[in-house]
Amino acid sequence: MRPVYVAGVGLHPFGRFPDRTLTALGAHAVRAALAEAGVGRHGFGAAFCGTVYGGVAAGHKVLTALGLAGVPIVNVEAGCASGGAALALGAAAVASGAHDVVLVFGMEKMPRGIIRSSFFEPWREEAGLAATPAYFALRAQRLMRESDVTLDDLAAVSEENHRHGVDNPYAMYRRALSRAEILASPVVCEPLRLLMLCAPNEGAAAVVLSARPAGGRAVRVAAAALRSHQAGSVLGEHTPMSGRADDGVPAPTETAARDAWAHAGLGPEDVDVVELQDTDSAREILSAEELGLCPKHGGGRWVRDGGGATGARPAVNPSGGLLSKGEPLGASALAQVVECTWQLRGEAGARQVPHARVALAHTVGRGANACVVVLTT
Amino acid sequence: MATRPIADGLFVDDGDAPRLVAGRCAACGGLHFPRGTTCPYCAADGCTEARVGPAARLWLYTAVTTRPPGYRGPVPYGFGVVELDGGLRVVTRLTEADPARLRPGLAMRLVVEPLFTDDDGAAVLSYAFRPEDT
Repeated sequence: MRPVYVAGVGLHPFGRFPDRTLTALGAHAVRAALAEAGVGRHGFGAAFCGTVYGGVAAGHKVLTALGLAGVPIVNVEAGCASGGAALALGAAAVASGAHDVVLVFGMEKMPRGIIRSSFFEPWREEAGLAATPAYFALRAQRLMRESDVTLDDLAAVSEENHRHGVDNPYAMYRRALSRAEILASPVVCEPLRLLMLCAPNEGAAAVVLSARPAGGRAVRVAAAALRSHQAGSVLGEHTPMSGRADDGVPAPTETAARDAWAHAGLGPEDVDVVELQDTDSAREILSAEELGLCPKHGGGRWVRDGGGATGARPAVNPSGGLLSKGEPLGASALAQVVECTWQLRGEAGARQVPHARVALAHTVGRGANACVVVLTT
Repeated sequence: MATRPIADGLFVDDGDAPRLVAGRCAACGGLHFPRGTTCPYCAADGCTEARVGPAARLWLYTAVTTRPPGYRGPVPYGFGVVELDGGLRVVTRLTEADPARLRPGLAMRLVVEPLFTDDDGAAVLSYAFRPEDT
């Protein structure tokens, strides 16, 4: 298999853009990534587009608008990991030699509020059993009951990510929040407060992958692993109606991380910067545990010891995470890869993690899908 | 008033205590809900019906304070996971919408009750669990 390099990245800010179409958001990110890579009209062999709510042939519409259609275009839906799944396909296409250069992008326009998903049968919505934040809340309650994670720890996670988000011009929320303000925000589903949850929103991201390194600041895709769930956990992101004792069932993030580390020949101790799924504050702690950044049931201590904070190693969510940026499903995983690329190139400005050489991007969500991408200098 | 279940095959309520309709795998013995023909744990076909409940223990709980898309019942409402005999954990609405009045391990009981009235005027029945002592 050939090495795979990041040749160019592009991002459309995350936020709400009522006067811009989904196609326009995607085209913005694609244009930026192709320009940075110096790749033109016939310069890439295939395109992979992650989107969940984009509808029929959303990726085709973007490349049509840019006059770039003609190559194979694959639209990928894998819930919150859609962009990661698209990247995994693109990386495999380059590694295998099928294509020398591929374009990977993702975009989304989400309505405000609780995500409505065609995943659920109508009766489940009618019965009140399709309330996504309520599942987040049950996971948070379990985390607090089975370990020493406190409500204050959940607030601390949000406080820290929002502190990072202040320095990210691509984030939707760029105001520092105090722990007291977070704790005083309305309870959405006990124990989760409004300011402990990320907001579905809009945005786009794009990455050009190449078999050739890009000059002196080459970033390599050392692994891009995608996994789904194993049956058993009633709290899994596949949101089943039932389950059973699940202590022996690995979470999809654990299996994806295992695959990624094995493929990269690296481990959690090697990573300098991490962008991980923080759909809510408890999810950040679970993600850290499942990725091996701290021991299982050690997440409370990890937070209190400044795990992930500015200056910690690894730094976690220097972009501000989804809590600051918001979550446009198809774009969020690739935006993490873009942030990691900037970090490894030393181009992250005020957010720069010093001497970053190994970066990890992680998403997990509906399906269940989990994706772990490892990038190296 | 006419009534109808919110979906077929979820529960039976024939005058005796209500039960949930689960599936039991002939190969591994695992229980799942709602009942399917293939076991989600071991992929064996030929699961048989197993009626479970009405007794359960509360495992995890919260309350939903904002109306989720498509939901047609009252807000706020309780939401959680209960554990039934055989170790089956089921996602359920709870009749108690105040988490402060619930605790882990609380004895719960299955109820089948009207949740909303549909566009044809029928009372739509759904399942929930209520604390045993109320």
